[in-house]
This record gives sequence, structure tokens and C-alpha cells, in this order.
Amino acid sequence: MSGLTVPLAVPDRPINGVALTIVIILFVLVAALGFFAARWRREEATGLHSLDEWGLGGRGFGTWVTWFLLGGDLYTAYTFVAVPAAMWATGAVSGFFAVPYTIVLYPIVFLLMSRLWSVSHRHGFVTPADFVGGRYGSKALTVAVAVTGIVATMPYIALQLVGIKAVLTVLGLGSAENVLLTDLPLIIAFVVLAAYTYTSGLRAPALIAVVKDLLIYLAVIVAVIYLPIKFGGWGTIFDSAEAKLGAVNPATGKPAGVFIPGAGSYSAYWTLALGSALALFMYPHSITGVLATKSRNTIRKNAAVLPLYSLMLGFLALLGYAAIYAGTKPIDLNGAINPQLVVPQLFLDHFPDWFAGIALAAIAIGALVPAAIMSIAAANLFTRNIYRDLIRPDAKPRQEAKVSKIASLVVKFGALIFVIAMDQSAAINMQLLGGIWILQTFPAIVAGLYTRWFHRWALFCGWAAGIIYGTIAAYNVVNPVTKANFGGSIAAIPGTDVQVYIAVVAFVINLIVAAGLSLVLRAFKVPDGKDITRSSDYGADENDPKVAEIQREYPLGEPGGPAF
Amino acid sequence: MSIPDAPTRGPARPGPYVIAGILLATAIVVPLFVPAYSIDEPRLAGMPFFYWYQMMWIPVTAGLVGCSYWLITKEDRRRREAVRGTTGAEDER
Repeated sequence: MSGLTVPLAVPDRPINGVALTIVIILFVLVAALGFFAARWRREEATGLHSLDEWGLGGRGFGTWVTWFLLGGDLYTAYTFVAVPAAMWATGAVSGFFAVPYTIVLYPIVFLLMSRLWSVSHRHGFVTPADFVGGRYGSKALTVAVAVTGIVATMPYIALQLVGIKAVLTVLGLGSAENVLLTDLPLIIAFVVLAAYTYTSGLRAPALIAVVKDLLIYLAVIVAVIYLPIKFGGWGTIFDSAEAKLGAVNPATGKPAGVFIPGAGSYSAYWTLALGSALALFMYPHSITGVLATKSRNTIRKNAAVLPLYSLMLGFLALLGYAAIYAGTKPIDLNGAINPQLVVPQLFLDHFPDWFAGIALAAIAIGALVPAAIMSIAAANLFTRNIYRDLIRPDAKPRQEAKVSKIASLVVKFGALIFVIAMDQSAAINMQLLGGIWILQTFPAIVAGLYTRWFHRWALFCGWAAGIIYGTIAAYNVVNPVTKANFGGSIAAIPGTDVQVYIAVVAFVINLIVAAGLSLVLRAFKVPDGKDITRSSDYGADENDPKVAEIQREYPLGEPGGPAF
Repeated sequence: MSIPDAPTRGPARPGPYVIAGILLATAIVVPLFVPAYSIDEPRLAGMPFFYWYQMMWIPVTAGLVGCSYWLITKEDRRRREAVRGTTGAEDER
């Protein structure tokens, strides 16, 4: 959405004063809370001078805080803005799959994450790559997991900015004529975010998530009750959506979208849901949320209560259909149609100004929370698995916290430059690739929780094969309207015409390579890395001694040395 | 391993894990079986079956995961107590 390519004749949007004032008030409140968070539950003796304190909030979050933190972490502005936008533009297959996706997510989390929590708690692991390093003793594999995490997170952060930008655009901030003016509010919002993340670490998004969620629930509940009543019931809304999505698009000769998937898109629908669910908890920010919890069972308990958010997500997705009925016109500053503006525009058109202000603030704050957690998670990956593992093996906790704070700033400003300098659609395409990439770390992380059977080099080759296939396949998807590469995330399984989510095919290739090579490498007796974990680690709870304590009691092994 | 591996939990009984596994597998497989629900009728308050059926699975999944949680934590507690009974010192921490 660069201002440079804009036809200057397009009038700027009017500024909605009431709504804007409420957004600004709520933003200031949240910023104050973010700085206050540094004092929340702090160990006075140590302060925030270690990754455990700064990057994981002291590893002490109970069920409620975790519920808000993970909710704020996983249901991002991108979910709130992009899912309804996809429903509005192309219907169920590209939008509503998010509902089964967030349903099957929680049983999967229930199965996997408590083991990761236990082993990380015992060994002081902060990132998924820490665990892979401890389990396989392979630097190449650790760095592969860390770099994949960082690279996949960057466009995710950039997309949070796209969400904030959508809110600001609808509010009338921004001008088609002046690039700097367009992005100034976004830059201010981001500088404030960067400042409180720097001082408070993970405590800031954890506290803010509470406010964010209350606002979002309020906005969604009101929207879901008020708008259908205003528009004459869900029946009329669905009928108008069916009519719009069934209309033939002259550019492609096909219907504009899918109202109810036909037999041809079954495989796309369920692989999108399953692939996204498997990928989500491989993102470093989700794992940060998991490791910040107090006990082994906190995360399992949350797997049972977090689906409440999915209900909200489902209704939000349906607001995309409500916008079809309402005839919402998401016109961007450059006069083009930008589906990302659909939900903010719908709120502004049909709510009283003051309530639209609350709803829009909820979306904007809903973007700040995950952006903060993601930047912390990426910074922790850099600190632990690149700075400490490769550059300074003897780094002290205080140094680690310092490096991580600075890395979190770098990551955020990188994302900011990405959004300002590049086309928005580039951010979305990168995010799509990020999802494909992050799923390729699944075998190394998850298989390692249960078995040591896979060989470290086999996992590495599987990872590489999955990344290469996924990137090529995604590149080859051409958008039928714009003729651009990286046009979508669905492609046929090679050799067939069954359309599926590319990430899932890449994942299967990854698994086949990893399993096949493991057999070969084991046959040739290629040496394994050193595994510093023991089977009892995978069931440890908060009251069990950490490895450092066991070492003190039985000082036989090498004291906590890295396993390379 | 040079460090003694003091078990944190006693041996598992398969029952609760098998039942919880079945509950969780149900919660994963059924919502992904698209042919079962890719239809318009019957509508609920104007909402096609395709949409309300999937939304309905959200509370159902929450219930299934909740049951699994109850089963597993109960077994987990039993396994921990089994170990504490023998080593004793472990639970002082």
C-alpha cells in the first residue's frame, strides 16, 4: 500500500473524531499498563535480568493469565481482520476453515505440550530450539529450528501491523498524498509497543491481553447480536452471501467464492485446518506462551477452556458475510478495494461512533499483544540458539536478557520497515510461506518428545526437503487475477489433481525423508548426538527438582554443559 | 547418563490414557471429516448446517478435552503419589 503508486485524485477519508478519541484513550491506558507490568509479580532480588524473567514472565503464569496470554497470542489482529476478509472475498474454504482449525488445535495441544513443558522446565529450556539441541545434540538442527522460527515470525509480526493499519485507515488517519503522514500513527504506536516490551518483557503482553480480550469479547458479542437484528436475521445474511459468492467472476470464469465446499474442495478444507493446527504450536510465540506457565497441567487445563475463543472466531468470520449483506465498501486510500478493511469499516458504518471506537481499539490492541509476544519469542531464539550457542557459549543470564531485549527491538523495527517499505500483499505471501516453513520443524520438535528413534541428520535432511518443496510449490501457485507468484497456499499433490494445503504435502515429504534416512544412517551406525534429557524429565511437574538441583545433589556428571 | 534417573512418576495404567486418546482422536477426526457436514439443510435460525455444525463442535471439543483432562490428571496424581510413597524425600521440595 505504498503511497507512491497512488492516484492523487482520491479524496482522503474523513476523520471520525469520537471514535478516534476513544481509540487514543484506550491506547494510552494500555501503554501505561504495559510499563506498569514491569513491577507485576517481580522477584525484587533478581529483577528482570534473565531470560526466565524477561522472556518467560518468571515461568509463573497460572490458568487465568495463561488463558488470556495464549488467547491474545493465537487470536491475532490477523485472525480478526483477515479471516472475515477472506469470508467476505472468497467464502468458506479460505476463511471458515479457521473454525475446524481452532477446534482440532486443542486436542493436539493437550497431547503434546505438557511433555514439552516438563522437559523445558527441568532443563531451563526457553525456546523450542533449546529442546531440540538438548535432545539431539546437533548444532545444525538447532540452528535450523531457530532460524525457521525467526524467519517465519517476522512476516507474522508484519501482519499485525497490517491489522493496526487497517484500523487507522478506516478511522481516517493517513493520507494518500504523504507517505510519512500515512505511516506516522503506526510508527508512534509501534515505538510505544517497543518501549514497554523492552522494559517489561512478557509480563506486558500478559497484562494487556486481559484488557484486549475483554474489549474484543464485548465488541464481538454486541456485533453478533446487534447486527443480525438490524439486518433482519442470519437467514438474509447467508442468502446474500450465497448469491455474491456464487456469482461468476469475469476474470476467471469461475464463481467468486465457495459458500459450502463441494466434493472438489473437501481435501483443501480439511488439510488447511489440520496443517494450520499442527503448525500453530510450532511457532516460537506459542511455545513461549506454553513455557511461561506455572505447572505441567496449566496448559492442559487451558486446552479445555481456550476453545471459547474459537466460538468468537467463528462469529467474527461470519461478520464477513454480514458485511456482504450490508454492502460494506472497503475502499483503501488509493481507491482500490482492500478486503482487510471490511470488519473495521463494518463496525464504523453500523455502530454508534463511541462503540465503533471501542471495537476498533480492540482490534488494534489485539494486534499489539501478539506482536509483543512474537518479538520476544524471536528475540529469545536469537539469544539462546544463535548468540549463546554459536557466538558466546559462556553468556551469563544478565547478558542473555540484555541481548534478547535488543534483539526484540531489532525484530520489531524490521517488521515495521517491512510493512512501510513493501507492498502489503508481500507481507501476506510471506506469512503464507512462514506457515509452510514452520510446520517443517514439527518432526524435530514433536517426535523428539516421544522417541529418540529419528537420527539427527535425517531430521535435518527432512526439514530441508520440506522447506525446499514447500517454497517451490508455493511459488508455483499463480493468482488467477493478478498473475503474481505466491498466489495461494493450495496446490495439487504432485502426480494427482487432489488440491491440498502445500504445508501438509511438504510435511509428509519431510517425514518420509526423515524416516527413510534414519533407517539408512542407523544401518551405517552414523553416530548420534548426545541426549542430555532422561525419560523422567518428560513427566516432571513444578515441584520436581530441576536438573541444576539434581546436579548439585549428585555432582557426577558434567555440570550443565552444552551437549555438543 | 551419569546423573541418576530418579523417576518422577510411577508406572502408568493404560486405561485412562486409552480412553483419553479415544476422546481426543474423536475431537480431531470428526470436525475434519468434511463430507459429513458439507450441506446447506437443515438450517438453524437461518444458518446453514455447514456453519452451525462446525460451531457446535467447539463446545463439544471443549467437553471432550475437559473429560480427558480429568482422567489424565487423576492418573497423573496417582502415579506421582506412587513414587512419593517409595522415595519420600522428593515431595519435600
